[in-house]
Amino acid sequence: MNNTQIVQKSLKKRYAKERRFKIYGVFSIIVSLAFLLFLLVDIVLKSTPAFTQTYIKLDIDFSYKVLNIDPKPNYTKDELFKSSYRNLISKALYQLFPDVSSRKQKRALRKLISSGAQYHLRDLVIERPQLIGTSQSVWVLADDDIDTFFKGLIDRNLPEADRRIKDIQITWIDKLQSKDRIKRQFNASFLTSGDSREPEQAGILGALKGSLYTMLVTLLLSFPIGVAAAVYLEEFAPKNNWWIDVIEVNINNLAAVPSIVFGILGLAVYINLFGVPRSAPLAGGLVLSLMTLPTIIIATRAAIKSVPPSIREAALGLGASKIQVITHHVLPLAMPGILTGSIIGMAQALGESAPLLMIGMVAFVADIPQGFFDPSTVLPVQIYIWSDSPERAFIALTSAAIIVLLIFLFLMNLLAVLLRNKFETKW
Amino acid sequence: MNDLDFFIILLTSAVVVFFIGQAKARSRQESTSGIRLHSLPNYYGYLTALWTFLPALGVFLVWSLFESNIVSMLTIAKFTQLQQLSTDNLSLALNEIKILATTGIYYSNGDANINHQAAAVYSKYFNHSFNLKILVSTLLALLGFTYTYLRINPTMQARNSVERLIVYVLLICALIAILTTLGILFSVLFESVEFFSKVPITEFLFGTHWSPQIAIYEDQAGSSGSFGAVPLFWGTIFISIIAMMIAAPLGLIAAIFLSEYATSRVRATIKPILEILAGVPTVVYGFFAALTIGPLVRDFGYYLREVGVNLDIEILANLTVSTESSLAAGLVMGMMIVPFILSLSDDVISAVPDAMRDGSTALGATKSETVWKVIVPAALPGIVGGFLLAISRAIGETMIVLMAAGVAANLTANPMNSVTTITTQIVTLLTGDQEFDSVKTLAAFALGLGLFITTLILNIIALHVVRKYREQYE
Repeated sequence: MNNTQIVQKSLKKRYAKERRFKIYGVFSIIVSLAFLLFLLVDIVLKSTPAFTQTYIKLDIDFSYKVLNIDPKPNYTKDELFKSSYRNLISKALYQLFPDVSSRKQKRALRKLISSGAQYHLRDLVIERPQLIGTSQSVWVLADDDIDTFFKGLIDRNLPEADRRIKDIQITWIDKLQSKDRIKRQFNASFLTSGDSREPEQAGILGALKGSLYTMLVTLLLSFPIGVAAAVYLEEFAPKNNWWIDVIEVNINNLAAVPSIVFGILGLAVYINLFGVPRSAPLAGGLVLSLMTLPTIIIATRAAIKSVPPSIREAALGLGASKIQVITHHVLPLAMPGILTGSIIGMAQALGESAPLLMIGMVAFVADIPQGFFDPSTVLPVQIYIWSDSPERAFIALTSAAIIVLLIFLFLMNLLAVLLRNKFETKW
Repeated sequence: MNDLDFFIILLTSAVVVFFIGQAKARSRQESTSGIRLHSLPNYYGYLTALWTFLPALGVFLVWSLFESNIVSMLTIAKFTQLQQLSTDNLSLALNEIKILATTGIYYSNGDANINHQAAAVYSKYFNHSFNLKILVSTLLALLGFTYTYLRINPTMQARNSVERLIVYVLLICALIAILTTLGILFSVLFESVEFFSKVPITEFLFGTHWSPQIAIYEDQAGSSGSFGAVPLFWGTIFISIIAMMIAAPLGLIAAIFLSEYATSRVRATIKPILEILAGVPTVVYGFFAALTIGPLVRDFGYYLREVGVNLDIEILANLTVSTESSLAAGLVMGMMIVPFILSLSDDVISAVPDAMRDGSTALGATKSETVWKVIVPAALPGIVGGFLLAISRAIGETMIVLMAAGVAANLTANPMNSVTTITTQIVTLLTGDQEFDSVKTLAAFALGLGLFITTLILNIIALHVVRKYREQYE
């Protein structure tokens, strides 16, 4: 058997191997794509219940007696603020179901309605005091367990002890439904209210604002410092100098240091040494800007490097000084690349949560932050807090918050890609 | 007036001063007719603004950084009662004093009388400090302004001075990278040294029992307070191994396929889609791992156990299964790392010169033979460097393990069981309501030091290998 025959004999096997390898390649790509699809579809499906909320129609009698105020032409806001509106709801409920008598059942009945509904009534009365003394039908927010049940996420065939909703409550809900007193409506409060322990009242506005303030601090610090550092390293740093090498190794390293380590730095240096207020967007922004710096520096250096030397030489030849060459020519030409890198760095910072846990942004904050020093949380940390909560309704809220976060990240990345495509110059 | 107001005033005065300097340069040129200005009039303005703004801002910032600490120290020095408190109680009292001084809200803990007095002293000192700070900064700004303003004349080399100043500012910005590393080192080093003075380093490194709860009162259940970190190291390594077992083959083969087999159109569509995986925040992966993959893994574990019981396989029948498992965390983390390995491997594979591919093909090798016998060996250092970076990422990843792997310090090789990691423990130790000096808190800093050093070494080796490799083919 000569060599040709040996080769020909082995060809079939070799080609099979080649085909197999190609299949492995396709397989690994399909697995990764399938995982991505599974992740996204799973989150979208989980989030759907969060976009609607259940409301129950109650005939509220805004009587003077229940509100405990005397009839008079004008009321101060303070007076109306102090009244008890909880009794209005209880009264309306007892009226709707007159056969409920025992204490325990009454409590179960009151639990149909969200604890936030009384504040809704209060705001209603403060806005229109002429309601007092009249009787009105008002749609009030249902409790999260009722909401979850109404959306079909709690199985009514389970034994009573295994679900969070009692048999008697189910009969009430059925009754309400037959009287057209229960409905689902778009959940607007998700985008307009702060965090709450009650899922039906919880929203992401506080976290969004916290993220906004934190990102502002991050941008204001890391962008100028990052660009300045990159300009120094690219244009002024002496070549083959050991301490410039130290800086470079440092920057590359910082880009790969686990984010939680920056959190420890923030806790020990910013909060304990410098007395920056805990949980504040300022502290968060300071930590995140250290994390974003390496990304911006590396991107800026790459962008500066890609500006051809001929431009520098032409400007220098016309008598520009080195700083003028940089500010008039190099930086404007490198700006698309710098912005792209910075936006990607900011997107990373927006999704970061671990270091912010360290500096106390994980605390429960119901108020919407109004500035850089108020305690607040950020969107990813809000996701973490909610995912840790036991109520079933929080799963949907968490998924919805994830979708909001992903939309922001998507928009930022889209902006980066558009910038690159529009302004990128090929030399 | 607060800090922000003063900063805005400083900034505005810098702008105003710019025009004053510029105007003076112009008028000097006119009065000494014939002599042209050395630099453009703007540069005289810039110089005045910089000398007014920079020194004042520097003093203002440094002062603001250390202000609250120094004021606290001065307040403590005034009250012997405060000095007698233990460190924990002192920090509590200080917190209270600060809140009382700034907001007027008082939480009645500790000695109300002393705290009220101290708060009054604190706010007095704070006001003094603030006034002094504003005074010194303003004086410096005025001094800088007068100094430059008086020197402005046509022969002054304003542009050169401005440019020299700018280069120094740029240099300081570049030095922040070093400051950050030093900051990280110092923030973990001191606390770690203190921790190792309380817990022997050998117990930390080789002890197999981790239970950081310290008994507050005697005979408290489950609070032994032992700090053997081996279960944490094991948990971290175990999850990283699972993640790499998924990410390494998937990422590498996908990279080879995309760079060697796929048409440029396929490549241009697939690669950005896969990179979405890298852009998804880790908290999202954590949620997914905890709520979707975790239960799936648990159900699979129950199924395995049933199979074990039916077929009488002892090891399966006794399987411990929990919702929080290293397998769920490792699986999801592996998928998170895939695009990372993909793009790093893609870079090094594209860097292999075409001459090597052509040579191999000319000798009759098939494409896969070329890949495995020529390209991969040639790119091996780069690929290994990429893997090391990926491992360093897996070790430092926090959110996925925090949400999906659990906090029980089990020393187990069962992927269905829950384990805990270094990062998880750092978070749980530092986010609870803790006094800053307790051994528990110090332990978190020691873990942080370990984590920083491990990842630092991995990164330096990896970056060095990748760099050497790139130079080889450039």
